[in-house]
Amino acid sequence: MVCLENGNIERLVHYFLIHENDYIQVMEGRENPIQHIINIQSFSRGEIDRILDRAAQLEPIAHGGVSDIMAGRILATLFYEPSTRTRLSFDVAMKRLGGNVIDFGPTEGSSVAKGENLADTISVMGGYADAIVLRHPREGAARMASEFSSVPVINAGDGAGQHPTQTLLDLYTIRKESKLNKVKIAIVGDLKYGRTVYSLAHALSMYNAEIYLVAPDQLRMPDSMKRDLVNKGARITETGNPDDVIGVVDVLYITRIQKERFPDPSEYQAVAGSYKITEETLKDVKDDLIIMHPLPRVGEIDPGVDKSRHAVYFKQSFYGVPVRMAILSMVME
Amino acid sequence: MKQENQPENRELRVRRIQNGTVIDHIAAGQALNVLRILGITDRSTEVLSVVMNVSDRKKDIVKIEDRELNPGEVDEIALISPDAIINIIRDYKVVEKYKVILPSEIEGVVRCMNPNCITNTDEPVKPRFTIHRGDGVELHCMYCRRIITDRIADFLI
Repeated sequence: MVCLENGNIERLVHYFLIHENDYIQVMEGRENPIQHIINIQSFSRGEIDRILDRAAQLEPIAHGGVSDIMAGRILATLFYEPSTRTRLSFDVAMKRLGGNVIDFGPTEGSSVAKGENLADTISVMGGYADAIVLRHPREGAARMASEFSSVPVINAGDGAGQHPTQTLLDLYTIRKESKLNKVKIAIVGDLKYGRTVYSLAHALSMYNAEIYLVAPDQLRMPDSMKRDLVNKGARITETGNPDDVIGVVDVLYITRIQKERFPDPSEYQAVAGSYKITEETLKDVKDDLIIMHPLPRVGEIDPGVDKSRHAVYFKQSFYGVPVRMAILSMVME
Repeated sequence: MKQENQPENRELRVRRIQNGTVIDHIAAGQALNVLRILGITDRSTEVLSVVMNVSDRKKDIVKIEDRELNPGEVDEIALISPDAIINIIRDYKVVEKYKVILPSEIEGVVRCMNPNCITNTDEPVKPRFTIHRGDGVELHCMYCRRIITDRIADFLI
């Protein structure tokens, strides 16, 4: 993470310009610039490492410790779409650090139902809270919100767009449970519609990962995204058959294959069946293979796998807490 | 006497103009989009000539009499035809000639092709793109990061 010194606007403006994009933006004329967390693509490897290091320091607190780092601070959570894990883990992260959370609640009962636009909601919330966590169904919503906000905006998912805190917790899990540098990882499932997969692959390429993209024909990663990843130095191999790679990888990252992506239900059944991870599938894998899943799962991993030494998806979910603690403390400190 | 098909004569397919602008080296097939950018419709009164697919489909040319372009129009032409050349004509002479320059960023000129982009809503935000030149012109939405690579003219606002 870039070092933010009080009043050092020029340096930050320069930083922003050379990084081209948008995870840190500067409110001109302010003594203390505001940090927004909008997307993962603008983070350097060093910046990611610093966030993961901070998360490791804070992990004991996530396990039930007490801290007052965020005492007196208020976080607003604005979820325009349903979310369980992301919303609750932000809530827990803030409270474990001694801070308070105000929740917007379901949009049906809010000013949104009266027709208020996002820009106005953000402008108002900035007066109530010290930071805003936003999930919104439209791509680019977080970036726009950051332009209207007087406090840091953290993107908790915008449509099929970015979900940077998910990527960071995925990286933390891989670093903690396997190894980040030169990891061999198979990313399996819906690689077409899940742009978070692209963000993960992008971040992993900074760690010289060997990435296997495993997807049925209908759900392969679009060529433009693959090209973009290769241009950024990613090492990518594609296959439609999980069996091709399951024996060689260190990490098996499973994503949900959504039924509605298939016009023919029988086609869905066939694909879902061949991508299901069972105890049988894991017979010939590396001893230290880890299996990850962003959850919720819908049948992609048989519950019988949960007790195997390979399954880390529930830990992965837990790691969302220390990682979000790290992010909250960094943007509000 | 010169032959009909010699280059000098082909350039005279459309007569010279006394005052106005000649937009040359427009990418073949884009002349009608240039007219769109210039706001020329069936009700316009400008005297203009359009030549398409000259030099074996390599380029289009637009000549408009008694009009000079504003910088915004030139930027938009650059998006759909980055090699176009603008000639400003006064009293039959070329008094200024320059190649269009692609701006590095545009705002409010092109709408995002992603229907789910926040810029395609009622929010008070204008579509903004960074512009990259590879084989062709690429527009990267600064909000949803979608990339527009072809048929840019279809998305002009």
